[in-house]
Amino acid sequence: MFAYIIKRLLWLIPVVIGVSLILFGIMQLVPGNPAAVMLGTNATPEAIEALNEKFGFNEPFHVRYFLMLKNFLTGELDSIYYGDQVINIIGRRLTATIELGVLSLFIAVLVAIPTGVIAAVKKNSLFDLLSMFIATIGISVPAFFTGIIFIYIFSVYFPFLPSSGYGGRIWTLSGLRHLILPAFALSTVMIASTSRITRSSMLDIMKEDYLVTARSKGVAEKIIILKHAFRNALIPIITNIGNQLAMMFGGAILIESVFAWPGVGRLAVSAVEARDQPLVFGSILILSILFVLVNLLVDIIYVFINPRISYK
Amino acid sequence: MKKKIILFILLLIQINVNYQNWFVEAKIWSRLEYKFATVFSILLIFLLLLMLFKNNIFLKFKENALYAKMFKEFNKGYGGKIAVIILALIFYAAFMAPFIAPYSPTEIDYSNMTYSAPSFEHWFGTDDFGRDMFSRVLYGARIALGVGFAAVLVNASLGVSLGLLAGYYGGKVDMIIMRLVEIWNSIPFILLALAIISALGTGIFNIIIAVGVTGLINFSRLTRSIVFQIKEKEYVEAAKALGASDLRILYSHILPNSISSLIVLSTLRIGISILVVAGLSFLGLGIQPPTAAWGTMLNRGQEYLIQAPWMSIFPGLAIVITVLSFNLLGDALRDALDPRQLD
Repeated sequence: MFAYIIKRLLWLIPVVIGVSLILFGIMQLVPGNPAAVMLGTNATPEAIEALNEKFGFNEPFHVRYFLMLKNFLTGELDSIYYGDQVINIIGRRLTATIELGVLSLFIAVLVAIPTGVIAAVKKNSLFDLLSMFIATIGISVPAFFTGIIFIYIFSVYFPFLPSSGYGGRIWTLSGLRHLILPAFALSTVMIASTSRITRSSMLDIMKEDYLVTARSKGVAEKIIILKHAFRNALIPIITNIGNQLAMMFGGAILIESVFAWPGVGRLAVSAVEARDQPLVFGSILILSILFVLVNLLVDIIYVFINPRISYK
Repeated sequence: MKKKIILFILLLIQINVNYQNWFVEAKIWSRLEYKFATVFSILLIFLLLLMLFKNNIFLKFKENALYAKMFKEFNKGYGGKIAVIILALIFYAAFMAPFIAPYSPTEIDYSNMTYSAPSFEHWFGTDDFGRDMFSRVLYGARIALGVGFAAVLVNASLGVSLGLLAGYYGGKVDMIIMRLVEIWNSIPFILLALAIISALGTGIFNIIIAVGVTGLINFSRLTRSIVFQIKEKEYVEAAKALGASDLRILYSHILPNSISSLIVLSTLRIGISILVVAGLSFLGLGIQPPTAAWGTMLNRGQEYLIQAPWMSIFPGLAIVITVLSFNLLGDALRDALDPRQLD
């Protein structure tokens, strides 16, 4: 298993290089001279030439790419709009995004898995039908619409939670109060799909012969469900969580915009609006690296849960 | 008999709609959207007439054992049937929007330039420019379906081609293609779409490209795994022995065998594409106003959430219902076509 983790960590290097190359390549699609585009229509030829020199726009592709990557890593890459170092701007906003993501992942797992297990155990009960009906709708609701509905219900109609903004770190009361709505809104899609998968995976496992054996041995029903069935049902659940992560990262950008959450996702959107190419490059690169790391974590958890699979 | 009466009433309604638009208001062929609506309504009337008077044409499909089995599987749950009915209505709205919308979606009512609550005149209320929300939601179906289908078409053709190449040639080609697709997939798809839009700019065509090139991994993985299963079959060997070229084997032997799985995946992907396009439009980076798109309308609606909640609720519900229908249809098709069973 140790060798597998090392191998996966090493695979990170080509992924990060590949992602940065893709992003840099996409950025070359901007029509016209990038310096002229960045400075707008009133730019003087001298200013354009100066910017060309500074970013090395006159150099060939690979030279420019390495220059940008080096500048980004050493913190010399400046945002055009903010006039500050890209890596600093992102660093200031990274904690807000991580707080939002971690809390909503936590909520999703905490709500979805018990719901799915209970729905499977009490198959065709009212709870099962109702929760699966809600879950089926839940996977079709865009995250930003959930956010808008939550704002309408919990801040406009019953005003007891703030509708937007950042209230401080997660451990302060104000910070938590600001975080609750966006975190719940972001977790809805994950809750819906994970509880559906949990239910169907539990139902598949409960047909297995070894559960009949356990029952006939006289093992308590609670232990059968939690120990025998649930542990084996976890594998597809974890796979699904991994698959849903991309959806969640996308949702985070929308949720950050709905709730005016000062995270990296909203930074990326405002950078695209301002045509601030260095900041677009930096923020999307950082978010992608975060995404790859979380996926790696999911894969490692997968190995721990499923010792039958040996990775060579 | 009951069925025939319903069909007859539908036919009368359709003819009435066309009479009002073609002869009273003279909307037949002058604009592109009228051309689409005219062609669509002629086809629809023709279909209704066929179902009324030449019903035995459709019996052929019912008697075919393969179709009958699919049809039975499809009708098992309620999901598929409901989805088909709702999607038929949405398609009707999308094509016929210029004929059935009571107001123009972009025309600003200067005499009453403020939002007003739902009423008999304006079923879904009006937005902050006095534009009728019902007409805007109807017109929004065109954008959602059009962009959704086009994006999935781009997505499927790229993904399937890569999957076919990787699966058929195997070995090094397979490894290189799949690794590249994996790296391409390490950028969460909305972010990749954002990056592409930041380079190309907004606009319907650029959005189709941006959404179409993301998430290739689903199609290529699926195609690749099917190719791996089919490539060893005797008829492929036979085709090879007869001297068929690789391209011919891929497109006339392997691709038709994977079509049912691809249909299911495409249906599910259309729902996701509609969500992504709506999300981008909501951020102000997708379809630009004044074009009536559901995401754009929600973006505007959030500003007036306290005073005019109907500006957000109706476009939001339209997205939810459309995506839900595609998801239900995908699930029902999966049961009916049973892609896992390839032999």
